[in-house]
Amino acid sequence: MEKGIITVVGKDQVGIIAEVCSFLADNNINILDISQTIIQGYFNMMMIVELSKMDKDFGNVCEDLDQLGQKIGVNIKLQHENIFNKMHRI
Amino acid sequence: MINLFEVTETNKMIEQENLDVRTITLGISLLDCMDHDINVLCDNVYKKIMRVAKNLVPTGQEIEKKYGIPIVNKRISVTPIGFVGANACHSTSDFVKIAKTLDKCAIELGVNFIGGYSAIVSKGMTPAEKLLIESIPEAMKVTNYVCSSVNVGSTKTGINMDAVKLMGDIIKNTAELTAENDSIGCAKLVVLCNAPDDNPFMAGAFHGVSEADCIINVGVSGPGVVKNAIEKCKGADFGELCETIKKTAFKITRVGQLVAKEASKKLNVPFGIIDLSLAPTPAVGDSIADCLEGMGLDSVGAPGTTAALAILNDQVKKGGVMASSYVGGLSGAFIPVSEDQGMINAVENGALTLEKLEAMTCVCSVGLDMIAIPGDVANTTISGIIADEMAIGMINQKTTAVRIIPVIGKTVGETVEFGGLLGYAPIMPINKFGCAEFINRGGRIPAPIHSFKN
Repeated sequence: MEKGIITVVGKDQVGIIAEVCSFLADNNINILDISQTIIQGYFNMMMIVELSKMDKDFGNVCEDLDQLGQKIGVNIKLQHENIFNKMHRI
Repeated sequence: MINLFEVTETNKMIEQENLDVRTITLGISLLDCMDHDINVLCDNVYKKIMRVAKNLVPTGQEIEKKYGIPIVNKRISVTPIGFVGANACHSTSDFVKIAKTLDKCAIELGVNFIGGYSAIVSKGMTPAEKLLIESIPEAMKVTNYVCSSVNVGSTKTGINMDAVKLMGDIIKNTAELTAENDSIGCAKLVVLCNAPDDNPFMAGAFHGVSEADCIINVGVSGPGVVKNAIEKCKGADFGELCETIKKTAFKITRVGQLVAKEASKKLNVPFGIIDLSLAPTPAVGDSIADCLEGMGLDSVGAPGTTAALAILNDQVKKGGVMASSYVGGLSGAFIPVSEDQGMINAVENGALTLEKLEAMTCVCSVGLDMIAIPGDVANTTISGIIADEMAIGMINQKTTAVRIIPVIGKTVGETVEFGGLLGYAPIMPINKFGCAEFINRGGRIPAPIHSFKN
């Protein structure tokens, strides 16, 4: 199963999770896990998502998420999980 | 499963501490392009490079996107042209033709540099290799992306002092021919001892004859990450300091290994090695000098600098070898002056001298790198600087190099701007006493006693 990590960082406001989740649903990307904290008013979220069934290719989803982030005023990034696995697991 | 803390740590390294993969270098053998006709040879070279490397840049960009990590350079290294052109080149202008072909490939493929305009003359020079060396000034003038290197010595062969003498003239001549651009030709030219066959870093990269037809070599980076890790163990003893650097180097190298494997798979080219070098950039914080100062030096160049650099270099290797299945290339901390803001500051405030830099090269790769000196220096003095550095490499069984820029028309107190990753440099003073009689002896220095291991 191909997994990706989405990180969302920015000033907290109403509807961030809703916007990101509906984008993912529209693109057939399944959410496996969400963790989220607010540090000094800053919204910090990480999602583990399943990429095998997504409709678009990886690069396009990255760009769309970036644009969505600009629209709602937060920073959204999608990365393949392997960079984190390789760095933090032996 | 990966947690939020780990994800944040990785992304902080990338976004705030300049973690990147410095280069994916595709090594291509040109031995099967050889011909006795220079035009056929150039045509073969062009076709092979364009065929093998056509997906290099798009693949690099795809990997950048997939993992969210910048890959700063996509480069090509080729078989030393001193071999490739041996049969076809009867004049320096024949060799320059090959250089122009390489430059054309680089432009069309969109790579940052192409290395391998090189000659391996550690014991002696063939007539073709001598011609290639003599063609370097012109080649560096008429091309923008071609890098040149000359290996003039090794622990096994000793030092070819005829080549060392010649390189003093060639460096000066290259500086003169590119004088209107602050002698930038010399920034693409390096003289080496014990040059590795699989080095992904410029200007010394070439695809050695011991290599396969093509290969992917990757150079990692991350002085900014190491610096931040060092700052977190302020006041700790050396044991803890070393452990911290080692763990950080492991993480950095794992990213390089991941990118190398992915590039190898996508390009269908075998994976060669990871080069464990810490390579700085002119960006603030992405500095080897800052790492050393973070260990407790007032300024790089102060007493203790060589010891601090030895620690850094050794721990980076210890962390790195665990993270990658194959390591090679240069693998050590780079200490270029113009490409490292901390080094530039240290030179400007008088803390760092050429002599101290030379001492530092005894404990790290690679050598005197990107150092600007006055343009009126004697050719034999340049050869003397090269000879000293080659002797360090030969005796200590390590790679050493000299990439020095005599800036025509400028002198101590002025600065020179190279732009981009090459940065800028204050012109450094050099010892006023000459060594002409020593350099003019000619011949070669015999191999050292510890080369006889059979």
